[in-house]
Amino acid sequence: MSVGIEVSQFNAWYGSNHALHDINLNIPANQATALIGPSGCGKSTFVRCINRMHETNPIGRATGTIRIGDLDIYNDVSPVEVRRRIGMVFQRPNPFPTMSIYDNVASGLRLNGFRNRRILDEVVERSLKHAALFEEVKDDLKKKSGASLSGGQQQRLCIARALAVDPEVLLMDEPASALDPVSTAKIEDLIFQLKSQYTIVIVTHNMQQAARVAERTGFFLNGRLVEFDSTHKIFTNPGDKRTEDYITGRFG
Amino acid sequence: MALEQKASRVNHTWRMIANHTATGLAVLSTILVVAPLVAIFVYLLYKGASSLNLAFFTQVPKPVGETGGGMANAIVGSGILLALGSLLGVPVGIAAGIYLAEFGRGGRLANFVRFTADVLNGVPSIVMGISVYSLIVLPEKHFSALSGGVALGIMMIPTITRTTEEMLLMVPNAIREAALGLGVPNWRSVLAITLKTASPGVITGCMLAFARVAGETAPLLFTAFGNQFWSANINQPIAALPLQIYVYALSPYDEWHRLAWAGALVLIVLIVVSVSLVRFVTTRGVLKGAN
Amino acid sequence: MVNPKVQEVRVSGPPIVPPPSPEPSPAGTQSVAPSPIRKFLLERGSSAFSDRAFRWIMLICALSIFAIVALIASELIMRSQLTIAKFGLQFFFKQAWDPVSGDFGALPFIYGTLVSSIVALIIAVPLAVGVAVFLTEMCPKFLRGPLSFLTELLAAIPSVVYGLWAVFILVPLLREDVNPILMKTLGWTGFFAGPNYGIGIMAAGVILAIMILPIISSLTREVMTAVPHTQREAVLALGATRWEMIRMGVLRNARIGIVGSIILGLGRALGETIAVTMVIGNRPEIVKSLLGLGYSMSSVIANEFSEASDDLYLSALIEIGLALFIVTIIVNAIARLLVWAVTRGAPPRVV
Repeated sequence: MSVGIEVSQFNAWYGSNHALHDINLNIPANQATALIGPSGCGKSTFVRCINRMHETNPIGRATGTIRIGDLDIYNDVSPVEVRRRIGMVFQRPNPFPTMSIYDNVASGLRLNGFRNRRILDEVVERSLKHAALFEEVKDDLKKKSGASLSGGQQQRLCIARALAVDPEVLLMDEPASALDPVSTAKIEDLIFQLKSQYTIVIVTHNMQQAARVAERTGFFLNGRLVEFDSTHKIFTNPGDKRTEDYITGRFG
Repeated sequence: MALEQKASRVNHTWRMIANHTATGLAVLSTILVVAPLVAIFVYLLYKGASSLNLAFFTQVPKPVGETGGGMANAIVGSGILLALGSLLGVPVGIAAGIYLAEFGRGGRLANFVRFTADVLNGVPSIVMGISVYSLIVLPEKHFSALSGGVALGIMMIPTITRTTEEMLLMVPNAIREAALGLGVPNWRSVLAITLKTASPGVITGCMLAFARVAGETAPLLFTAFGNQFWSANINQPIAALPLQIYVYALSPYDEWHRLAWAGALVLIVLIVVSVSLVRFVTTRGVLKGAN
Repeated sequence: MVNPKVQEVRVSGPPIVPPPSPEPSPAGTQSVAPSPIRKFLLERGSSAFSDRAFRWIMLICALSIFAIVALIASELIMRSQLTIAKFGLQFFFKQAWDPVSGDFGALPFIYGTLVSSIVALIIAVPLAVGVAVFLTEMCPKFLRGPLSFLTELLAAIPSVVYGLWAVFILVPLLREDVNPILMKTLGWTGFFAGPNYGIGIMAAGVILAIMILPIISSLTREVMTAVPHTQREAVLALGATRWEMIRMGVLRNARIGIVGSIILGLGRALGETIAVTMVIGNRPEIVKSLLGLGYSMSSVIANEFSEASDDLYLSALIEIGLALFIVTIIVNAIARLLVWAVTRGAPPRVV
């Protein structure tokens, strides 16, 4: 159904700033994997490398291999093709302001040339249901603009938009950090539901959140992956002292 | 002690006098500037309105000596010239603006292009006119609406480039990222998302360029040249409103002066409407909800 | 086994319980055929070609700006070869204009352009800066909008409309009311002597002043607004009056940009054609009196271009156009650099 992600000897730079050092990890399919670490540790950079968004930065550069399933995403396909298979939800909700809710969700398909009205209707409804937004907006799909929703609703709209293209992997870069607690809880429930169908990678600075939703957790520090293990182990008996320091709040 | 106190009080008084004088001068200059300019406006409106009638919009000029007539051919001619100019100026200008905002951002080439566009905006329009004369009219051996349109189009390009760039830069990066993250090809993202989001501002910029060029006379003197009769042929000389006003104003005939005032009023109204629209769109917030 | 240190921290929070894995869906982990959506998207293919083509097209359009400059320069240089060859640089220092005998010299026109522009600056700059200071630092908020809107409108009025107004209102006003006073009070300087036609260099200078005023004013306002508030506050904190704050905190910091806006106004005045042509008098002579008739570079082109019967005549006019082109480019480039130095790279508003 969905695929795992295999990262080997991966390095990334911003210009001359070596942002990620020799990252190796295997993200399992159909699970949620959390990436934690203090600000600037490289977790966001790493996630943006998975869907090759890192290279949209003019000074962004990367070496190494990332395989999604059996596809080497840096050497076998173009960035645009990669991003069609991987969905991304950003820290701040960013619905397209000139489009209605319906158009927002359908945008990934429409802008890639998909025209079939009937299927689009189905996909929009299905994605909004998956994102737990459908009931709230079903009467205003084409009337309300994407930007007129509340923050939490906008983020769920962005999730629906990402799901509409039926990605194999869903990347979430601190998706709830700009939201209030109620919306955050809703999003966490969502992730829980979505796990069965997608491989989810979620960056979070909120350790409780990682503990709540993810089976495996990776701890990043200064551009290196310090520890990657089951969430339970990381939070109860971390193997590396640095992980322990972070978890107990000694820094970051 | 008392002397120092007195000196500082005198100094203080001088400073207060200087302060008030400065304020007075500033207010005075504003009045000196605003009042006559308002007077110009009002006089134009008055003189133009009293000369304006329906015939102005429907008839061509009558032969010298006869009363009546209008500038219908000039209005239509201006329309044709502006359409031709926009055909050249708008796509090229917007495309250049897209390059500056989406591809060249911060690069040396983009800075150079931007600088050159600003400098080009300051080149006298008569110079543009004689260049197009040299380029098109001389080889073709006749004046034409086409050459006039090209001259106007070339004048529109730098303005539209700059305003398009400005408006595109105001689109938050988050929106570009959202589009790219969906796997939308870059060209599609720029056109269907970024440009669309900035479109109120971009259109406004085109309107500004349009209005500015609509009142230009000098570039048309030796390209479109003007025409006393109806003509919609782009390979022939064609009448234009500012051109007609210019010729009539310098003529010795009262009737033609009257027409000139009426034409000036039409131009003024066009300008006021455009500038007001531009202000309205930009102060209301160009990007709905994107901020 | 739980690390005791970690355990301590966790006392207050909920116990860490690994989330139960959701029930494996009935489809299980066997591979399912990709949905029609996924299939459609996988078939779309790379857009590398269209992206590259798009970028190229946009680049070419951006380069068109350079192409336009090159085009103008090449056409003008090409068509003025005859007089360049015949007169060389002397062309700009000669005072002749005889199409019949083929003797051409551009000095009267250069003089007319320069003097009318200087007169315009003398009138416009103090007023423009005054208006800018008022609008930026002194104006009550409710007036600011309408007044700046008015300035914008005035900058947008076409030249021919200004010219029309100048011919029928300004010139008689100068002739009847203003010039006699100038002649009486300042006639001894020699700048206000001779027959009083109304039209002439003075009229051209006044209408130019009115036309360049909005541009100098709005650009000055922009550079003044670009001065950070901290500068103003610092001066005020020392006990300065408002004028002193303006002078030391704002104008001093913005002076480079203000000079730039003045030069930009100069550039506009140098190239202004239609309004000037209508009132300058069209006589290719150099006279000391500002009330005398004159001729500007752009005016001679506007007036005589279509009458240029032979190639030498045309070449002379085009050479004047070339000179105008080069001068305005240089002046505008300097002005833009100065303004940029103050507003520091934020794309300046298109004026």
